Amino acid sequence: MSDFELLLREQTPQVLSALVRHYGHFDLAEEAVQEALLAAAQQWPREGVPDNPRGWLIRVGSRRLTDLLRSDTARRRREENAAALSAPEEFVAPGPDIEDLAGRDDTLTLLFLCCHPALSPASQIALTLRAVGGLTTAQIAAAFLVPEATMAQRISRAKRSIKQAGSSFEMPPEAERDARMGAVLHVLYLIFNEGYTASSGDNLHSAELTAEAIRLVRGVRRLLPNDGEVAGLLALMLLTDARRPARTDADGALVPLAEQDRSKWNKDAIVEGEALVTDALSRTQLGPYQVQAAIAAVHGTAERAEDTDWPQIVALYQVLEQISDNPMVRLNHAVAVAMATGPKEGLALLEPLESDGRMKDHHRLEAVRAHLLEMSGDLAGARASYLLAARRTTSVPERDYLQSKADRLGT
Amino acid sequence: MLLIYSNPESWASLSAEQRDDLTRAHQELATELTEQGLLVSSAGLADPITTRTVSIGDDNSRTTTDGPYAEAKEHLAGFYLVECEDIDQAIGYAARMPDAQYVAVEVRPVMDTSGLEM
Repeated sequence: MSDFELLLREQTPQVLSALVRHYGHFDLAEEAVQEALLAAAQQWPREGVPDNPRGWLIRVGSRRLTDLLRSDTARRRREENAAALSAPEEFVAPGPDIEDLAGRDDTLTLLFLCCHPALSPASQIALTLRAVGGLTTAQIAAAFLVPEATMAQRISRAKRSIKQAGSSFEMPPEAERDARMGAVLHVLYLIFNEGYTASSGDNLHSAELTAEAIRLVRGVRRLLPNDGEVAGLLALMLLTDARRPARTDADGALVPLAEQDRSKWNKDAIVEGEALVTDALSRTQLGPYQVQAAIAAVHGTAERAEDTDWPQIVALYQVLEQISDNPMVRLNHAVAVAMATGPKEGLALLEPLESDGRMKDHHRLEAVRAHLLEMSGDLAGARASYLLAARRTTSVPERDYLQSKADRLGT
Repeated sequence: MLLIYSNPESWASLSAEQRDDLTRAHQELATELTEQGLLVSSAGLADPITTRTVSIGDDNSRTTTDGPYAEAKEHLAGFYLVECEDIDQAIGYAARMPDAQYVAVEVRPVMDTSGLEM
């Protein structure tokens, strides 16, 4: 991302918040901001960046929004249940009030709106990337490998759903805030994951999503420096992303954690992530992102795979199960137990997952079983499990990896 | 991936009205999926008589034969590529196609290039 593009993206939530505070109409304001960003992207490289970029964007966005409102008013008059709406006055230059509204703290309100519970995760992600991240529909569509028209519909539909839910541009009530904050962090986590799991080279647009997710979480952290889970999520992203240079080989094949070349890990990211999670654990309320970050930090700070402090990882998974129990956590817990004490103990922990509807046909359960059977010396059983896992996954690199593990155990 | 199956007998046995209904049902479903921002692509496929099967031999020679690869009574008649939260959502859309009544619609997850290290 160029400095120039970063500048535009950083202004996006502030400009949008200012317009929504002044005029209302989140859906049309969001569209107007996109057009203002586009105008800036075309004009600034030629004419130079204005002295007050945010003011420029607000001015252009306001003008576009008043146009949109006028045409919308005409349409609304034909609609029975239209809210009474007078055509706004021509907006020549924003007064100080609208400039004052361009405060940083509205970014959170905006995030809460984009991650509204009425929306599906896919819609929350798309809207967050556009309204808060400042990405164009084309960029988001490219990152998620869907046609631009599909993504455009997803975004406008998301905005309609928010409107129908009657959501105003206000912070959610105190009672709802924790749940809504959880939704915001989950969406940012999903954006990160989409980028991180994209295999290298195939889809560079997806890889940019990790940087975007980290940028957005840093923004939230500036606003909520004492929130342990925000710090935990940022730490988890940094510690995970640190491994990206080592997670695939030259051919794009997946390299398991134990076999990664740790000299390729990003040391700065590991140091920052570990410091963040250590600080959060010592002074804030415990939460699942902090525990996951702590686990990632144990991996990140082991010089060699065989130096990994597995007993500590087991203890952290026990904590994680207490606060956020799900089958994936229990599956990872089983791996840690196998590494700390032995494959038999790990295999025993897989048994309850067999009867879990979410898990029993999941390729990762079979992949873990294969791995633990291999550790226990049951090579024939391991091979059968690797092959079954390879058939179950819909991921090409995972399938290739599992297939190669099976091949190594004979044919 | 929602794969629609048909066979010549099934298609031939439909009345003009049923064919119109089938076309309309698909138009409505495609519109709905597009509006929901889920449709990636969809197409009706031409009669299998137009099918060619391409294969490359060991010596890199290309062979093109008339007709489908596997001689089955049913042929692939069309497809939708839809982005769903889970397979149950996809099954729901497949079940709404009239073709599910006439022959069957196959629901197939699509491979992707993302992966997580094990």
